[in-house]
Amino acid sequence: MTERVPVLRIGDVLLVSIQVDLEDQTVLNLQEDLAEQIVSRAARGVVIDITAVEIVDSFVGRMLATIASISRLLDAETVVVGMRPAVAITLVELGLSLGGVRTALDLEKGLALLRRAAADTDRR
Amino acid sequence: MNVPWAAGQVPRTQGIAQNDDVVRARQQVRGHAQQCKLSLVDQTKFITAASELARNTLVYGGGGEMRSGLVERDGRRGVAAVFEDSGPGIPDIELALTDGWTSGGGLGLGLSGARRLVDEFFLDTEAGRGTTVSIVKWSR
Amino acid sequence: MAKQDSKSDLAGLLSADRERVVDQWIDSVVGSLKGRISKAEVDRELRELYAALVEALVAGGEDARGDHLSETRALLTELSRNRARQGFTPSETAISVLALKRAFEPALRDGSAEDTDRYLRLSRILDDLALFTIETYTRTREEIISSQATQLMELSTPVVKLWDGVIAVPLVGTLDSARTQVVMEKLLQALVDTGSEQAIIDITGVPAVDTQVAQHLLKTIVAARLMGAECTVSGIRPQIAQTIVALGIEFGDIVTKATLADALQLALKKSGIDLVAHQGGGR
Repeated sequence: MTERVPVLRIGDVLLVSIQVDLEDQTVLNLQEDLAEQIVSRAARGVVIDITAVEIVDSFVGRMLATIASISRLLDAETVVVGMRPAVAITLVELGLSLGGVRTALDLEKGLALLRRAAADTDRR
Repeated sequence: MNVPWAAGQVPRTQGIAQNDDVVRARQQVRGHAQQCKLSLVDQTKFITAASELARNTLVYGGGGEMRSGLVERDGRRGVAAVFEDSGPGIPDIELALTDGWTSGGGLGLGLSGARRLVDEFFLDTEAGRGTTVSIVKWSR
Repeated sequence: MAKQDSKSDLAGLLSADRERVVDQWIDSVVGSLKGRISKAEVDRELRELYAALVEALVAGGEDARGDHLSETRALLTELSRNRARQGFTPSETAISVLALKRAFEPALRDGSAEDTDRYLRLSRILDDLALFTIETYTRTREEIISSQATQLMELSTPVVKLWDGVIAVPLVGTLDSARTQVVMEKLLQALVDTGSEQAIIDITGVPAVDTQVAQHLLKTIVAARLMGAECTVSGIRPQIAQTIVALGIEFGDIVTKATLADALQLALKKSGIDLVAHQGGGR
């Protein structure tokens, strides 16, 4: 029995806050859950809060990039918020730059970024 | 290579046979990294490297075990972890250490990335005879 | 048996004319230190050392690195460390041991062949002990240097807030790899602590940049991006620009500005703040 990370909804944004040391299977489940819920709940944005995450290895890093790509295909923008400095330094050293993933310092700034992105798209 | 385990220290062993063992291996290594007072960034780098290698042991080595503990050399303290499996081994070490190369479905950053995150990295492998990877990070 | 005798003989050599030898030793050491340590202190140090040496030789130790001389070495370690901390030179430190050889020379002049032999054996031990002194001295100096380097690192890396949401690190002096790493970690932490989305790395005060330092700068900028912040590098001097290009370091899409002022203006603009000059201003 693998844990599942809860996906919350605020307006048209899905919010995932990762609070536990992630097992690989949990990561894969989250990827699936998000893809499903972006469609079923008509979400325009996804915020993944990793403030509490102490380790992001290549597996989790890849999941973040994959979710960003999937959500973009489903017309939703993904923002990863709250990455710790030590985690960021380690990811750079590891060789992962998470191209294509939007980031913000905290949840509030992440939500603001999504609002701006939505406004830009609507204007077009 | 012989890991210079600190005197009076018995390295702890963690079996790596299923997914949640990777998490346990990470937690065990975190304990040791904190014990030898690595800086936060160095702790994160070491635990991340251990996470990559534990997953390699599971996915490519078909499972194995990790031993980790404190090390000591010339008055310096550090933390080490040794990952051992009796899987198929790595036929071409140079290739396996190249960024982006993978025999599985990963990003190909496991071995090469882990090597960049630690101070010492030793790879002992032979096709058909399994793989042992040892990593050390010294406290500054 | 004969060997045992000759060993105690060496102790005998030291005990025979003890007061005169020790006095002369102390005098020449005090002279070489030019009064920077009081005679009373040198007197105490050297008498203690002499006693330890005699004791070791009576016990039969002739190996400078052996067990018998461990007490002597402990005293010498303390002496060398003190000298190193007080700023004496290596010669001024080693002379404390070597001057003892000189103190034996008068006895040698009218001594027998046996005396010469004993002197040479003692001399060998003292040479080894002198080398030990220098080694300890050097190690102490290295410790002092590395602790100063750490202090310097902590002193010279301020992260300052320029505006709400804008922070800067003015880097001053030569950057080495270790220092750059410390500064960069501090910068990234400051982004979190102040909630700033804009950071400026000003290198006006940096005389030179090598490949490694440039790499660290680049990695920091990428790490800041991963966290959701943007970095601007300002104050790249012409020589440094030349080095960066000559070294083939790719700055890619990193924003650079000539001065800190330009960088601040850009950072404010990106944070949605416009700077407007008041009418009638600039009088």
